[in-house]
Amino acid sequence: MYAQMVKTAGTGVKKPSEMTAQERDFQAKIDRNEKIEPKDWMPDDYRATLIRQIGQHAHSEIVGQLPEGNWITRAPTLERKAILLAKVQDEAGHGLYLYSACETLGVSRDELLDMLHQGKMKYSSIFNYPTLNWADIGAVGWLVDGAAIMNQVQLQKTSYGPYARAMVRICKEESFHQRQGYSIMMKMATGSKAQQAMAQDALNRLWFPSLMMFGPPDKDSVHSAQSMAWRIKINTNDELRQRFVDQTMPQMEYLGLTCPDPSVKWNEDKGGYDYTDPDWDEFFAVLRGNGPCNTERMAARVDAWDNGAWVRDGLMAHANKKAARVAAE
Amino acid sequence: MSNEWPLWEVFIRGQHGMSHRHVGSLHAPDAEMAIKNARDVYTRRNEGVSIWVVEAANIAASSPSEKGPLYEPSNSKVYRHPTFFNIPDDVGAM
Repeated sequence: MYAQMVKTAGTGVKKPSEMTAQERDFQAKIDRNEKIEPKDWMPDDYRATLIRQIGQHAHSEIVGQLPEGNWITRAPTLERKAILLAKVQDEAGHGLYLYSACETLGVSRDELLDMLHQGKMKYSSIFNYPTLNWADIGAVGWLVDGAAIMNQVQLQKTSYGPYARAMVRICKEESFHQRQGYSIMMKMATGSKAQQAMAQDALNRLWFPSLMMFGPPDKDSVHSAQSMAWRIKINTNDELRQRFVDQTMPQMEYLGLTCPDPSVKWNEDKGGYDYTDPDWDEFFAVLRGNGPCNTERMAARVDAWDNGAWVRDGLMAHANKKAARVAAE
Repeated sequence: MSNEWPLWEVFIRGQHGMSHRHVGSLHAPDAEMAIKNARDVYTRRNEGVSIWVVEAANIAASSPSEKGPLYEPSNSKVYRHPTFFNIPDDVGAM
């Protein structure tokens, strides 16, 4: 999920007459739906934009482990704990697939992590919201992973081969994430009055932040045209957001929960729901670093990296020593 | 920063009788850890019965610019395909 507000490099979509022969060939290849592979020629701006987008996507998977990891030790049953553990492990895997895809563009893993830790690269705004209780784990799986799937399914068709292949793997696993979340919500929504209230409260807090995951409204997405021409973005932010609302409302009705947006209403004419956009000022504030958990999330990542250095160095030293012994024999 | 673990390419045999297929890559200090990490990253759902890891630096790859010289010669050799030859139906399956 999880790539929002990726700044597209370059000066906008070029007309064929403004392109070099190489650029024209490249664009023709994308228009024929052929994949671009790591060793193929590509414009510098395509490369730079993809590094930002895939990097942000990878960072989101890794930082996204934190709000859920928060509840592993406090899951209500052993089964729920094992499930949550498996889900959080999947997120680590998703981050790794994406970092690997990003590295094929010529950036190193350490450089990517360094940029995250220095605040030069972002991760999805959603992970700067807290998970206050167990119902939030249900709502995160249902809504946040649901929104992620919406975004990732279309990215399986993206033009960059390694990114598209990572997306295929991720999409296969993501459906488990959403279902386990919905299963928690079903349990709570049919539970005691207190549990039902918790489920409603989690929905109330996470609904608008989930809508923010698709990024700002199309009228403010100034960089979309080039990314769409390059097929590293397939659908617009508003298209995906609409699709998400349309898919989620019946699921919410099944749970017997009430949408925190009172204006949500089925619109027969457009064949979709009308809804209210989230508060975009809040969205930009969270992106700038002023969300409820930005500081905590970054501190946790930097701590993990810094405090893990001795393990990484130790294992490398051991591997070098063993290799030297073999060479000496 | 300078001490980044090397990159390994991971190949997995999905089931008995199939060949190993490239599934992705990962970083690890040595081959043993690369296999352990590959187990965790690429076979969480019974995707494999065997893992190969190769340090990425040891892989030699053809270059996209050689596509013409490498693959075009076979374009004209259609007789390499069985469908090039018309065998009468009376002969039976062949």
